[in-house]
Amino acid sequence: MEDTATLDHSADVYEPSLTPDSLGKLGMWLFLISDAMSFGALLAAYGAIRAGAAEWAPPSEVLGIELTAFMTFLLICSSVTMVKALEAIQNGNQRRMCTFLGLTILGGVIFLGLQAYEWTHLIKHGLTLTTIPHHGLSGAEISGSVLFGPTFYTITGFHGAHVTGGVIYLIVILIQGLRGNYTAEYNHKVEILGLYWHFVDLIWIMVFTFVYLL
Amino acid sequence: MNEHTQESHDHHHEESFVRKYIFSLDHKTIGKQFLIFGLIMFIVGGGLALLFRWQLAWPDRPLPIIGASQTYLEEGEVETAADRKWEERYDDDKDSWLETNMPSGIIDPNFYNSLFTMHATIMVFFVVVPLLVGAFGNFLIPLMIGTRDMAFPVLNMLSFWSNMLGTIIMIAGFFVPGGHAAAGWTGYAPLSSVPELSGVDWGQNLWCISLIVMGISSLMGSINYITTIINMRAPGMTWFRLPLAIWALFIVAILLLLAFPVVASALGLILFDRLAGTSFFSAEGGGDALLWQHLFWFFAHPEVYILILPGMGMASEMLPVFSRKPIFGYKSMVYAMIAIAFLSWIVWGHHMFQSGMNPALGMAFMTTTMLIAVPSAIKTFNWLGTLYRASIRFTVPMLNTLAFVSMFVIGGLSGIYMANSPVDIYIHDTYYIVAHIHYVVFGGSVFAIFGGVFYWFPKMFGRHMNEILGKIHFWISFIAFNGVFFPMHIIGVGGHMRRISNPTQYEFLQHMQWINVLITMFAFVLGAAQILLLINVFWSMFRGKVAEQNPWQATTLEWQAPTPVPHGNFGAIPHVYHGPYEYSVPGAESDWIPQTQPNGESLPDEPVPAGAAAD
Repeated sequence: MEDTATLDHSADVYEPSLTPDSLGKLGMWLFLISDAMSFGALLAAYGAIRAGAAEWAPPSEVLGIELTAFMTFLLICSSVTMVKALEAIQNGNQRRMCTFLGLTILGGVIFLGLQAYEWTHLIKHGLTLTTIPHHGLSGAEISGSVLFGPTFYTITGFHGAHVTGGVIYLIVILIQGLRGNYTAEYNHKVEILGLYWHFVDLIWIMVFTFVYLL
Repeated sequence: MNEHTQESHDHHHEESFVRKYIFSLDHKTIGKQFLIFGLIMFIVGGGLALLFRWQLAWPDRPLPIIGASQTYLEEGEVETAADRKWEERYDDDKDSWLETNMPSGIIDPNFYNSLFTMHATIMVFFVVVPLLVGAFGNFLIPLMIGTRDMAFPVLNMLSFWSNMLGTIIMIAGFFVPGGHAAAGWTGYAPLSSVPELSGVDWGQNLWCISLIVMGISSLMGSINYITTIINMRAPGMTWFRLPLAIWALFIVAILLLLAFPVVASALGLILFDRLAGTSFFSAEGGGDALLWQHLFWFFAHPEVYILILPGMGMASEMLPVFSRKPIFGYKSMVYAMIAIAFLSWIVWGHHMFQSGMNPALGMAFMTTTMLIAVPSAIKTFNWLGTLYRASIRFTVPMLNTLAFVSMFVIGGLSGIYMANSPVDIYIHDTYYIVAHIHYVVFGGSVFAIFGGVFYWFPKMFGRHMNEILGKIHFWISFIAFNGVFFPMHIIGVGGHMRRISNPTQYEFLQHMQWINVLITMFAFVLGAAQILLLINVFWSMFRGKVAEQNPWQATTLEWQAPTPVPHGNFGAIPHVYHGPYEYSVPGAESDWIPQTQPNGESLPDEPVPAGAAAD
């Protein structure tokens, strides 16, 4: 009991907040960690199914890389414009922020358009939830597990849903930005949006690597 | 942010009924909503258990009351629907719900499968988690760390109401054609992923959808809890001055945050298998049924610690108060909980020893599982150390806490047997594991909940629960609980399989049927005893003895707030000068020192502007 009396009883041992300027920033980080687990589960399931399959069609033959490489480039560019938007508002430039947010939205929308184009093309080509195409892009005959389609559509679809949500989120923040809600002092909501958008970008790079390239 | 918080405090007087009691943003009201919700679901889940206990004791005998309301068939005519094809069940629209599921008052074997599936699902996801994490987490976190509300009140409200949405979807499953999910709460594929195998159609789909919604609900809750605890502690409330209940809830929130998305993804894949014709979990389509088990248990092993850790935290609150001693080994308690949480991620394979996994891998999982005994034993010995030579006050919360500690020890010890893969070969899938899980989750968590409800009731509702009724409820529950679950060890070792609707079909089980009858009798006593709890809770809410501010003479911050706790919790944000368990400090005037009491040359307790700590 002796040591109890000698314990530090002061109230000034105040431990500061982790994100003192904004609760939402920590909240978003936590959400992203959680979301990473759901993507992680899907990618792990994909890995397990692919590793366990007797035969797996080569992704480069089924999916092709050129268009997706451009989509990847586009999404990375939209991350850059997102950074630019945040930088602009931190310097107090509202118009510049809105322009760059607009460009980010444009990047997201074009990405989604290309993904829709890619999906319809692949479905026409024979890659569905239960079948894979007989011939690859080079015309060579291909075969492999029919789970190619389901894993592909689940993972890219889940990512596409995140991009869709991100575009809506961007539009909401843009509208608030156009109303002049954000200033050089008050802009943490733009930063939080940026966290989300970069995360979606990062996930796409993982998806691109594991689903298209490997 | 500063202005926002100020604003919300000035507003609360004009709140409408809907804002105040239904779509409330106040963490205390949301906590109470979870409490009442959880207690109601507790009765639902328990009722399901009583239905199948009847069937286990007296197979194919008509149920009382329900059976009497239906017309009896002749002895020879009794058609146990085991032979009925599921398509028939599906198309059978002329029968009433009762006739389909309980023809002539006898539980249909398919319905029996739904009953045990839903008993576990409801108890795990709709009772224990909402009560421990939802009710106590919401009510206690802001009060015990000394802040005005959660970090994200709107998210908090949405968490409760998405939980309600999930509940409605889950309950609806009982009434769809084909019956409710019947693949066990573990939903093993392909039983869960191929409708033809279990004969369940939309029931299983709704089960998946509901659990995904519940996952979103707990995601919102856990983001809230973690942010609040990290960012909004009162001045002086350092990490090692946090009450152990808060530590437990913090760790549990991290587990929920990381675990639930995994099963949500896996449930999505099950839905694709069921609805879109994919074959993620069917071997004939190139899929892997074991993949489901890996994904499920990667989630569900942390989940079982989610079910027990808050109970441990709450027991660690109540033990020192009623022992009038500091908790023994505060820091080792914290590190033990962190160790348990960490280990929970690398033990999931011990649920799959019989799945044909590589014995070397099984060995690794066995070792990590055995390691969990170390932090669990640290906690147990610390509790015993707290009790040692203490002046114990045998109040109702204390009795329940003592039950928690002792029943958790039994549950923990029986766990060691199953953690050994050679022993597990013999006892897996028997009633032994049913006994184990109930000793931990009922004997552990639920007794902690009983204790916690009684302990924090005065702060929640400003009134005491009835002590005598509480003691009667405790003793009947405690005795009946052991009467129900202890014999399950014996029949489990005797080879009694779990999840069979009619044990008398097996000759080698017939000599133990009297034990099944005994268990069922105790189960009805246990069920009836919970009526006393409900009466006590709802009667005391309005008629109980009015409570003073700190009836238990406890040190933690929630007892330093006025009773009933006003909107915003504290007049001025409290300053914290002490650890949470300073009882019987030598030389002190009283035998407890509140965390807020300045020591010696007192530091000025000046009011901090509202929300200053919050931002």
